[in-house]
Amino acid sequence: MEDTPTGLTPEDAKQLRSLRNGDEAAFAALVDRYHSPLLRLAMAFVPSHAVAEEVVQETWLGVLEGLSRFEGRSSLKTWIYRILINRAKTRGVRESRSVPFSPLGASSEDADEPAVDPARFRSTGYWVDHWAEPPGVWDDDTPEKLLLSKEGLAQIEKAIAGLPPAQRKVITLRDVEGLSSAEVCNILAISETNQRVLLHRARSRVRRALARYLEGGDSPT
Amino acid sequence: MTRDDLKNQVIDYLAGKLTCKEVTEAITDYLEGSLSFVEWVRFQMHLGMCFGCRRYLRQMRLTIRTLGALPVEPIPPAIRDELIQRFRSWKGG
Ligand SMILES: [Zn+2]
Repeated sequence: MEDTPTGLTPEDAKQLRSLRNGDEAAFAALVDRYHSPLLRLAMAFVPSHAVAEEVVQETWLGVLEGLSRFEGRSSLKTWIYRILINRAKTRGVRESRSVPFSPLGASSEDADEPAVDPARFRSTGYWVDHWAEPPGVWDDDTPEKLLLSKEGLAQIEKAIAGLPPAQRKVITLRDVEGLSSAEVCNILAISETNQRVLLHRARSRVRRALARYLEGGDSPT
Repeated sequence: MTRDDLKNQVIDYLAGKLTCKEVTEAITDYLEGSLSFVEWVRFQMHLGMCFGCRRYLRQMRLTIRTLGALPVEPIPPAIRDELIQRFRSWKGG
C-alpha cells in the first residue's frame, strides 16, 4: 500500500505510480497535457519565447529528477507548475538586467487604477458614481465566439501580454490555468490580499479590453 | 419630503449607499467570497436593484470563462519525441 498524501487526486496517485514504474505512456500523457500550458505560463515569467522553451525543457528534467522524492502534498499539476516557476525565476534573474524579475507585490504598476473608465459613471447629482453609460449585454456564448475568431483570440492574448508582470502572473495561474487562490499564493509567495488586488486589476483590464473589442466603447483609462 | 426622496432614503438604508463604482471595485472580493456578511448583503441588494451592475458582473464572469477556455497549440512532435527519449534514459539510469 502507498501512503495516501493529501494533495493528490486518485487519478494523480495512479499516474504517479505509473510514472515511477517507468510507464512511458503515462509520461507521454503528462507531456501532452502540460507541455503547452507550461510554455504559456513560462511566457508570463521570462522575456522571450526562446527562453520560455528552455525553461519548460528544464522543468521536465526537474520533474524526472523529483519524481521519486515528490511527496504528494500538492496536486501533480501544482507541483509541476512550481518547478516551472522556480526555474523561470532563476532564469529571469540570470537572464537580463533590462527585464528584471520584479518581486511580486502590488507595486506602483498596480496602484489605484480604476476598474472602469470613470467617464462611464455620473459625475454629479444624487446618483453620483452610478452608471451614466451602463455596460452592454454580452451573450452567454461570448467566450466561444471570441475564442473561435482569430481576431477575438488575438485580442485576449494581447490583453494578457500587455498586463503589468505581477498581474499577468496571477491571472495566468488563476484564470487561465485554473489554480486555486491558496495554490497561487503559495507558489508565488504572496499574501491572499495581494493576490486578490492583482487579480482584480488584471481581470478588470482584460474585461475592459474585451468590452472595447465587443462593444467598441469603454475607452481605456 | 417628496415621494422620491423617501424612496431614495429607503434604498440608501437597504443598500448602504453602495455605488456602482464601488461595486465594480468590490467585484473580485465578491467573486472570491471575501466580502464580510454585511458587505455581501449590500452587494446583493445593489445587484437586485441595478441592471447595469448585473450586466457588469455577467461581463466579468464571461471574461473569466473566456480566460479559462483559451486554447493551446499541441506540442510539436519533435519535442515530444525528445522528451520521451529523456524519460527512457531516466528509466534506464
Ligand atoms: Zn450599480
